[in-house]
Amino acid sequence: MTGRMASRPRQRSGTTAEMLSFDGLVAVCVVYVVGLFAIGFIAEKAARQGGARWLNSPITYTLSLSIYATAWTFYGAVGSAARSGLEFLTIYLGPTLVFVGWFWLLRKMVRIGRAQRITSIADMISSRYGKSGGLAVLVTVLAVLGTTPYISLQLQSVTLSFSVFARPGTLGAPDAEQTAVWVAGGLALFTIVFGTRSLDLNERHPGLVSAIAFEAIVKLAAILAVGAFVVWGVADGPGDMLARIEASAIAREPLNGARWLGLTVLAGAAILCLPRMFQVLVVENSDERHLAVAGWAFPLYLMLISLFVVPVAVAGLSLPGTGDNPDLYMLTVPLSLGQDGLALLVFLGGFSAATSMVIVAALALSTMVSNHIIMPLWLRATRHEDPMTGDMRRVVLTARRLSIAGVLCLGLIYYRLSGGAEALASIGLISFLGVAQVLPALVGGILWRGATRVGAALGIGSGFLIWAWLLLLPNVAETGGLIAPVLSDGPFGIFWLSPETPLGLQSTDPLLTALVLSLGVNTLLFILGSLFSFPNPLERLQGAQFVNVFEHSRALLGWRGSVGTADDLLIMAQRIMGTGRAGRLFQEAAQGQGRDGDLPEPTPDFLEKLERELAGSVGAATAHAMVAQITGAASVGVGDLLAVADEAAQIMEYSSQLEAKSEELAQTARRLREANAKLTELSVQKDAFLSQISHELRTPMTSIRSFSEILMQTDPMDDAARGRFSRIIHDESLRLTRLLDDLLDLSVLENGRVTLNMGEVALGDVLDRAIHAAGAQAGGRIAIRRDPEAEAVTLWTDADRLAQVFINLISNAQKYCDAEAPELRIDVVANGQGVEVEFADNGKGIPARQEALIFEKFARLDTAKGAPGAGLGLAISREVMARLGGGLSYRPSPDGTRFRVRLPAQALRAA
Amino acid sequence: MTEQTKTGTGTILIVEDEGNILEALSFILRRAGWDVRGHGKGESALEEVARVVPDMLVLDVMLPGRSGLEILRDLRADAATADLPVLMLTAKGQAKDREQAFAMGANAFLTKPFSNSELLEIVERLSGVDDFRPAAGQGS
Repeated sequence: MTGRMASRPRQRSGTTAEMLSFDGLVAVCVVYVVGLFAIGFIAEKAARQGGARWLNSPITYTLSLSIYATAWTFYGAVGSAARSGLEFLTIYLGPTLVFVGWFWLLRKMVRIGRAQRITSIADMISSRYGKSGGLAVLVTVLAVLGTTPYISLQLQSVTLSFSVFARPGTLGAPDAEQTAVWVAGGLALFTIVFGTRSLDLNERHPGLVSAIAFEAIVKLAAILAVGAFVVWGVADGPGDMLARIEASAIAREPLNGARWLGLTVLAGAAILCLPRMFQVLVVENSDERHLAVAGWAFPLYLMLISLFVVPVAVAGLSLPGTGDNPDLYMLTVPLSLGQDGLALLVFLGGFSAATSMVIVAALALSTMVSNHIIMPLWLRATRHEDPMTGDMRRVVLTARRLSIAGVLCLGLIYYRLSGGAEALASIGLISFLGVAQVLPALVGGILWRGATRVGAALGIGSGFLIWAWLLLLPNVAETGGLIAPVLSDGPFGIFWLSPETPLGLQSTDPLLTALVLSLGVNTLLFILGSLFSFPNPLERLQGAQFVNVFEHSRALLGWRGSVGTADDLLIMAQRIMGTGRAGRLFQEAAQGQGRDGDLPEPTPDFLEKLERELAGSVGAATAHAMVAQITGAASVGVGDLLAVADEAAQIMEYSSQLEAKSEELAQTARRLREANAKLTELSVQKDAFLSQISHELRTPMTSIRSFSEILMQTDPMDDAARGRFSRIIHDESLRLTRLLDDLLDLSVLENGRVTLNMGEVALGDVLDRAIHAAGAQAGGRIAIRRDPEAEAVTLWTDADRLAQVFINLISNAQKYCDAEAPELRIDVVANGQGVEVEFADNGKGIPARQEALIFEKFARLDTAKGAPGAGLGLAISREVMARLGGGLSYRPSPDGTRFRVRLPAQALRAA
Repeated sequence: MTEQTKTGTGTILIVEDEGNILEALSFILRRAGWDVRGHGKGESALEEVARVVPDMLVLDVMLPGRSGLEILRDLRADAATADLPVLMLTAKGQAKDREQAFAMGANAFLTKPFSNSELLEIVERLSGVDDFRPAAGQGS
């Protein structure tokens, strides 16, 4: 290549006529890519170990944003300048204006992204509009369609730059398509390795971000180097350069105000809506403060990138041997001047720009495709399977990897279909407009609570269709040479539907027309749709969460460097896990990180571990919400709240079970206490009973012993005395026997082991027997009054037992009735309820204070002194009546003693 | 009842509600030469003591109306009867009754049923003792 300096002759450096060989170039590329892998691995490792400072630096963040400047801008800006003058500046102007003027909007997006754990632009839109799956799919499709040509553009730029080095005739000339395949494959591999290493909750990829940050530096260095070379090597310093620019055609290019405005708006929209920009701007953001630095550093980066575009273009236009493609001036200018090293740097810069864009775009798209299309389909396909059996992580990762490969395949297919045509140059802007259709729904959703899912779907859908019809379709058709008549004449010959003449407009600038039409209709339908539809509750809630995100969440200030956070975490952990366990956990973590003291750096790893530990105690959702609240990583979303509520409900259920158990225990304890008290009382009663029995046995025995001794010891004893003493002994013996009989009888009755001898008997007969047995026949001590008519009742009962009761009552009356003319009235009442036999005497009755005692064993009342009997009669009678199904009760009465014997209705038999 | 023996000197009041036991006690003590009075009610026992002014009292614990222990307490509280020898009778036969009786100033204690000789022994001892040191009775 023999070149002549345009103004200042300068010999080509030495005799190096040989161009850098293609193999050498490939080798350099391979070494470079290996270097990128190394950076990625180192960064991942550093991140796992708690993070290196540079990983979490705002500069890294800013550099990662530079994927905005792709190969299209790297090479294409110079081409654009050469063809259309300063128009290329709009591509930088838009983002700069957004970063400066709409910084608050960016901050809001970042905050929302963090608070809602947004994974992509599609997720953002879907999440805002009530987690709508349909919207997510729509945005995903839009993003894939808008990004695929863009990816193929990057592939094309790489193959083009290869071809520049390998001029025809050179041995081993590259096959463009083969190169593209290799590049795509390599990029897919890189993205898979660093984009799907693990399934981080936060979707951040430190290795990948570090690599693209490094590429951003290479990119900038290459551009600055070429620029400096052109200004000081080709021209004679800045002054000369400016003069040359003045003289060039670029300066004379007219400025089209409408197009400038449109393109600026487009570029500004793109920085907000491009999936890859959303990925680095929001998803990969680890600290909200980084955005503040990026607010000035990113525009500065863009300014530096664009600083030498015009000088290079001027040089390219003026220098011979730079070829006829201005898009390649960046390479051909140094090459034409023999600056092979510089050209190689530029090549690597372009390679960096292309690869970083493709990597991030593939990652962002794969997240969307797998999350919003593949996973829902997979879940639907396997919905009958137990969701616990499958390893969801593996499924998700596989879906991601397949998506990455798929996205790159699409790019490759598009590249092959388009045949590497130069028409690709306009693809960048077309892509921009495609993804910009998300803008109204995005910005509207963040700023306007009234925005609804219907509005968003209408807006995005309509804008998408208009864009596809007016720009995408003609572009595809043009590159593929298809359906030309439809394009020019409109479908079915409807002229105003023709993409070339939309609404019958004869536009000189299809892009601008499409921009105004698509975004205009999009915005209009978005607003109208929102106004005329009602949001569902989740939409309403999400709308409030998005619009008022600053009121609901704290800034994400990174997970590092704040001992205060570690302190808070420790306090919280202590509350939940107990002081000892929490202390040990934190200490071990601190030691593991090689830190002095007991507080570890709150690294993501540590937080994850802590969360797991806490989850064991309070449930996963609560643990996550707690850690997130303390680290400020997220506000608590609806799902979190529901999960927390679930856990709370479970805990409440558990505690109410415990409560019931403890209530049960308390009852058991109460019953035990009662039983114990009863036993104690029984024991006291037993002692008293034994004491009573002792007394009752000893009393007759005393008489018997004394009199028998008297009889034995007194020799001359008159017969009368002997007879009397013998009778006393005899009577007291009988008393003893009676007492023992009563005791046994009572024991049997109380134990319920009594055998009843049931039979049919007339009540009157039983009374007759009883009166006779008690020796109370007419003419006895007590007069008995009876009512034979009333007694004409037939009973089904144990006649002997009933008679026993009657005898006892009659005997008592005989013994205790102290009236002058003792009288016992026996009344019988028989009705449906049973039979009642009342024994009423005309004595003084029982003193009220002793009423309660009369049925007690051995309860001989004060008034009953000297009367025979052990005091078991009424106790036995009451037991007998209980066995017979009836009862015996004392009826207080002012005139005498009344006992009522009651028999149940079952004892009644028809007479 | 009819005969008196040489050993008894003075009057003995027996408070006992069981008629047969009262009769047996009376017979035995009379035969031993005592002037025996009987009384069956607890509530009027103190008045009977005041009326009879016995040289010795045989007192049943289980009395209707008023317990023998209460009567004993009142007797000991009264200067006129504080030194009256008292023999307590009980049919309950528990150690604590005995202890209680001695604590309240009983001079002797007999558990029913007792042998006649046992009774006479104690009565004799009580009658010969001037300083009424509590004397242990024979329990069963």
